[in-house]
Amino acid sequence: MAFLLIALPLLAALLAILVPSPVWRARLLPITGTAHLGLLLIALRGWSTLPPDAWLGLDALGGWVLLVISLLFSLCAWYAPAYLELRPERPNRTFVASFLAFLGLASLVAAARHPGLVWVGMETMTLATAPLVYFNRNRRSIEATWKYLIIGSVGIALALLGTLFIAYGAHLGGLREPLSFIRLGQEAHHLSRPWLRAGFVLCLVGYGTKMGLAPMHTWKPDVYGESPGVISALLAGGATACAFLALLRVCAVVAAAGDLAFARELLVGMGLLSMAWAMVFMVRQADIRRLLAYSSVEHMGILVFGIGVGGIGARFALFHLAANALVKGVLFMSVGNIHRSYASHQLPHVTGAIRRTPVSGWLFLVGFLAIAGAPPFAPFISEFHIAAAALGRPSLWVGAAFLALLGGIFMAMSDTVLQVVFGHPSHRRTRTPYHDTFATTAPMVGALLLAAAMGLWLPAGADAMLRSAASLVEGRP
Amino acid sequence: MIQDLLIALIVLTNFTLVATSRIDKAIQVAVIQGILLGVLPLAMGLGHHWHILLMVVAAVAVKGWLIPFLFRRALHAVKMHREMDPTIGYTASLILCALGTGLSLLLASSLPMAPGAGTRMIVPASLSTLLTGFLLLVSRRKALTQVVGYLVLENGIYLFGLLILEDMPMLVETGILLDLFVGIFVMGIVINHISNEFDSTDTRFLAELKD
Repeated sequence: MAFLLIALPLLAALLAILVPSPVWRARLLPITGTAHLGLLLIALRGWSTLPPDAWLGLDALGGWVLLVISLLFSLCAWYAPAYLELRPERPNRTFVASFLAFLGLASLVAAARHPGLVWVGMETMTLATAPLVYFNRNRRSIEATWKYLIIGSVGIALALLGTLFIAYGAHLGGLREPLSFIRLGQEAHHLSRPWLRAGFVLCLVGYGTKMGLAPMHTWKPDVYGESPGVISALLAGGATACAFLALLRVCAVVAAAGDLAFARELLVGMGLLSMAWAMVFMVRQADIRRLLAYSSVEHMGILVFGIGVGGIGARFALFHLAANALVKGVLFMSVGNIHRSYASHQLPHVTGAIRRTPVSGWLFLVGFLAIAGAPPFAPFISEFHIAAAALGRPSLWVGAAFLALLGGIFMAMSDTVLQVVFGHPSHRRTRTPYHDTFATTAPMVGALLLAAAMGLWLPAGADAMLRSAASLVEGRP
Repeated sequence: MIQDLLIALIVLTNFTLVATSRIDKAIQVAVIQGILLGVLPLAMGLGHHWHILLMVVAAVAVKGWLIPFLFRRALHAVKMHREMDPTIGYTASLILCALGTGLSLLLASSLPMAPGAGTRMIVPASLSTLLTGFLLLVSRRKALTQVVGYLVLENGIYLFGLLILEDMPMLVETGILLDLFVGIFVMGIVINHISNEFDSTDTRFLAELKD
């Protein structure tokens, strides 16, 4: 089943290269996305029964992450054909093929049971998504693509070294390959401690680069600022989720070896640093897409912070992965629409969006409130529980710093967002034919409704999966 | 014995790499380094496993033939041969490279190693190569030299991987080599676009995006 989930999108990507009609090629996206989501829902019935020596298979953790990615992918895929119709001057063959290949590689990362295979999936995903960043084919997007490739590849290379360090630690402990995550977890106490620790630090830096944790986030504002909105949405919620998963797998091995406290300290530090760094760059940020990119840095920080706090914090960090992916998707795509309408994504050109593109304007505003933690949306639930878990620690300052940063970021972000949404439309504006249609807004309305529903009610199956995934991360399979 | 000689040669190629100003020469040296790495498992006496022999052939083919081919193509497309004024000068780079090698020796001596002296030098040499790759990546301005830096960085990681070569599943190893090749292939394409767009491959032109 896991194999099918990987093969289906890759075959669809191949098909996209062969199909001559651009319209039908674009339609492959929603078809594949929906089919993948359906298959995944069937596959997830079996997440608790996984053979220990399998190379591929979805456990609770991988299954949850892939569910988030597949959901987000479907939403983006339903939006993408309408977007491509707005850009008839750009050939869409590479775009559609890369878009579909992303899903196949994300499925590979989620289902891989061997650290080496996870790495191969992550690196291939970086290469496959580079053409998506270069969609606009201008100077700015080529700069973004170059940074994405070089910084991403170097980061991933460090993660490979970290993976090899852990493998050598296992070698010293007398373990023989192939070492699946399950065996690594079971025999983690045999691993040589210094190599395991060094390997974890390298994986944190390496996969942290792909997630966009500060200070390795420098590619992020450029890439999210220059790619099409739908691509930024996919990268911010999907590609980063894969890197987060890869990091969590290593984290689980460290935890099983009885060194969880070491990992937690690093994760909490890294999380707070990312949030603080993002806040500094959000103040008076005139470019709304870069603003969202820094918001993504912030939320990556919240994810690792939650894992670092542990317990309930870890469970709700995994919940936050879904919350962030859905709401970030809404934000990036609505800003993409606003960008289409104004032919700019910078203040002071983009003001009064609520009058010019009412639906996208409202979606952007509500999305901002949701991501900032307004009830009843899902991010409120996760941020609340992570904060509560952090305040439950023996020293109060970590939780206090988390809350202070959340508040500061809300203020920094609202300044720009309110100007964009409510300001007076500028008189010297560029006229563009874009206006909101059903196809360019309905996927986002759906995502917001889903985020609200998740904030109010979580199905029992999903809750059980989250609990199981969180205990996996903490080394208790 | 031969093994130590090969490792010493690999460290020497690091110094040559940071000191050279000609890009084609830097590419040649990086390729030689890759071939040395490729045949190292034979010198380590691992040649009796068929899957390792296969990996040796694959590694030499990718690092000694396919990757140089990609570089030659990129070099031909951009018509440029010299790395002009790097951020860190050649003498300073040499000194940094020497410092990095010393640091690698120190770092490696603090980590536990498997018994048997045969593999003692691999960890410091690997870290030193890794740091050389980093140095090239941050101090050179031409996009092509940065790709050479990435290749050297990957070489350093590959050298470390030799420690567990016997254990590594072939699927993973093939995947790593393939990704290296495709990575450099994609970077070559992007360099081509950069040179078409800017009439230069100087990464200083890639500085429009900032806060």
